[in-house]
Amino acid sequence: MAAATITVPQSDMPLSANLRGKVGMWCLIIAESAIFSIFVVAYLYYAGKSLSGPTPAQVLDVPYFTSICLFSSSLTILLAEKALHHGNVKRFGVFWFLTIALGVIFLIGTGREWYRLIYQDGLTISTNLFGTTFYSLVGLHAFHVTVGLIGLTVIWLFTLFGAVKQEHSERINVFAMYWHFVDAIWVVVLSVVYFITR
Amino acid sequence: MASETLAIAPTGLSTRSLAERLHEWAVTVDHKRLGILYIGYALVFLVIGGVEATIMRVQLAVPNNHFVSPQVFNRMFTMHGTTMIFFVAMPILFGFSNYTVPLMIGARDMAFPRLNAWGFWMSALGGIILYFSFIGGFGLYGAGSAPDVGWFAYAPLTSPAFSVGHSTDYWIVGLLVSGFGSIATALNVMTTILCMRCPGMKLGRMPLFVWMNTVMAGLVLVAIGPLTAAQLMLLIDRYLGGHFFDTQAGGSAVIWMHFFWIFGHPEVYILVLPAFAIVSEVIPVFSRKPIFGYSIMVAATVSIGFISLGVWAHHMFTVGMTSYANAFFVASTAAIAVPTGIKIFNWVGTMWGGKIIYKTPMLFCVAFLCQFLIAGLTGIMLATAPFDWQLGNSYFVVAHFHYVILGGIVMAVFAGSYYWYPKVLGKMMNETLGKWHFWLFVIGFHLTFDFMHVPGLLGMPRRVYTYEASRGWEIWNLIVSIGVIFQIIGILLWVADVIWSYYKGEIAGNDPWDAWTLEWHTTSPPPEYNYAEIPVIRSRRPLWDLKHPEDPDWKYE
Ligand SMILES: [Cu+2]
Repeated sequence: MAAATITVPQSDMPLSANLRGKVGMWCLIIAESAIFSIFVVAYLYYAGKSLSGPTPAQVLDVPYFTSICLFSSSLTILLAEKALHHGNVKRFGVFWFLTIALGVIFLIGTGREWYRLIYQDGLTISTNLFGTTFYSLVGLHAFHVTVGLIGLTVIWLFTLFGAVKQEHSERINVFAMYWHFVDAIWVVVLSVVYFITR
Repeated sequence: MASETLAIAPTGLSTRSLAERLHEWAVTVDHKRLGILYIGYALVFLVIGGVEATIMRVQLAVPNNHFVSPQVFNRMFTMHGTTMIFFVAMPILFGFSNYTVPLMIGARDMAFPRLNAWGFWMSALGGIILYFSFIGGFGLYGAGSAPDVGWFAYAPLTSPAFSVGHSTDYWIVGLLVSGFGSIATALNVMTTILCMRCPGMKLGRMPLFVWMNTVMAGLVLVAIGPLTAAQLMLLIDRYLGGHFFDTQAGGSAVIWMHFFWIFGHPEVYILVLPAFAIVSEVIPVFSRKPIFGYSIMVAATVSIGFISLGVWAHHMFTVGMTSYANAFFVASTAAIAVPTGIKIFNWVGTMWGGKIIYKTPMLFCVAFLCQFLIAGLTGIMLATAPFDWQLGNSYFVVAHFHYVILGGIVMAVFAGSYYWYPKVLGKMMNETLGKWHFWLFVIGFHLTFDFMHVPGLLGMPRRVYTYEASRGWEIWNLIVSIGVIFQIIGILLWVADVIWSYYKGEIAGNDPWDAWTLEWHTTSPPPEYNYAEIPVIRSRRPLWDLKHPEDPDWKYE
């Protein structure tokens, strides 16, 4: 186009294409939040409406330890991101592995909780409304943790084989956004399920 | 550049085998090809959905008809509604935005080309899953039946007790899968618009088409999620013994309605905003004037996006809600009339004093304006709770939303098809056939949907498979059904025009309409990389600036 010789003032320049990973991830987070919010609304709406027991107060214990683990994993992944940004791949690998370990501890915690609920307290997804909404909401979150862990593990394996380098820092940041989102959702689920309605 | 041109030159030639060419389409990540795939796929489903509509209109043409059984009739209206919304309207509009948005913002492709392909194939898979129910509805018996729960599938009709077999599951999973595709596409459109614009393309210089598709993408991101969540809950109810919508265990059938319409109303705007987008490009070009009130149009679009998230329960007045809820949803729905009215005013303002050229795309836009206005007026009537108590779930409602979808959205799609066909295929469409298509379709549309309001006012409920004579509904239903014939002929002429013009049409050249947006700057059809050199723009009408260096727009903006 003839206008190609015109210099464009900085204020007229659109967002850089390098940002598209982040913008795309934000869009995914918005879409996922919409899904979660409907499950949260259903949980709140049906809280206390079960026609039979067990009730949340009878069977739920606040998972302090595993929650702290999950929240700390946001910190470790942040440290991993920082390390890679400065080109320290080894340090990156260590913190990345710690993130995976903390995520796995969280999932094991959920598994043990569910085992106890099902075999000791007799609460399944079809027992009552509490069971239906509880396993759906917590399960949806656990599913997202699992997906995140698979992604984390794949990247960690790449790191072991030396395929992750400093120039991948931006991409790692984009993936980490997803993990931060999964942690942030747990703040909501934890407060709704274990504090507000128990 | 010469080598690049050579490398893609064989695309237009048929020297390769059919298998090679099909393979190329199947693995393509080019936004233009994916756009064409979306549109082609939607047209296949348009035929299917149209056949289903025709079956219903034959059945209802005369009282006490036995053309199809009540069971088949239920399947027809369910499949017709689901198909037309999810597998015709959405993909065809996604196709337009896929094809046009990167060209309009001076980009070489979407932000995520492979995700773009994934989105298309997920949507396609969703449609195939839905229609597989005809074969697999009863599992391994090989006998099937389509879902018959209506397109909004109210509980408890979808519970295992009332929906035996798997047909409802195919409905759930089909929509779930195509929903993932829609979210991927919306994410892609949004990111493309935010990050891939050419130098100088500030937000305030984007064509209105791009603006409206931005808001559409935002609505898809927030509105498809609730549908996905509700479908997951329904699956949990049906397969794991959950109680979300099971009233006998304390669950609520009404909450399904809320969840569905939290998706369902924004969906209307997901469909109509891309239609607005097309009209906002065609009207200025064929009125030879820049769009009237650009920034007000942008503001109106964004506010429509926000307000549309807070009006869903106007679909539920007849369910019985509190007077506060009724008052809120009446008021919020009425509020949408303000930005929509501004838009209609601005389109008319653009035509006002312009040198209007009544080519086929413009004719469809004029029809759009008149019909969408009427659709909006019946919309305000139905948004008034007491009126809705009387006429909710009657044929008046059916007439109203078909006025929106056919009278508004489909007219815009027709306009867009005549407008961008020369860009996509490099040939002009035939004007004579186009005018015949226009007049026959508009006459058919008005015969069908003007007269459909009357049996609704006379009390005919929607979704009845037949009715008795002596209700006073016969003549109206007959006229409604006769209108379908005109619409079918109109559509056939459109298809004929598309095919004929591909072989015999006049060569279009880069810019047959003397238009102003960037897509007309490149060749028709555009090369795979869109632009050899990324354009740099200084105003909302870069091609005007180029053609009129003595009086460019950027001096005044
Ligand atoms: Cu609505």
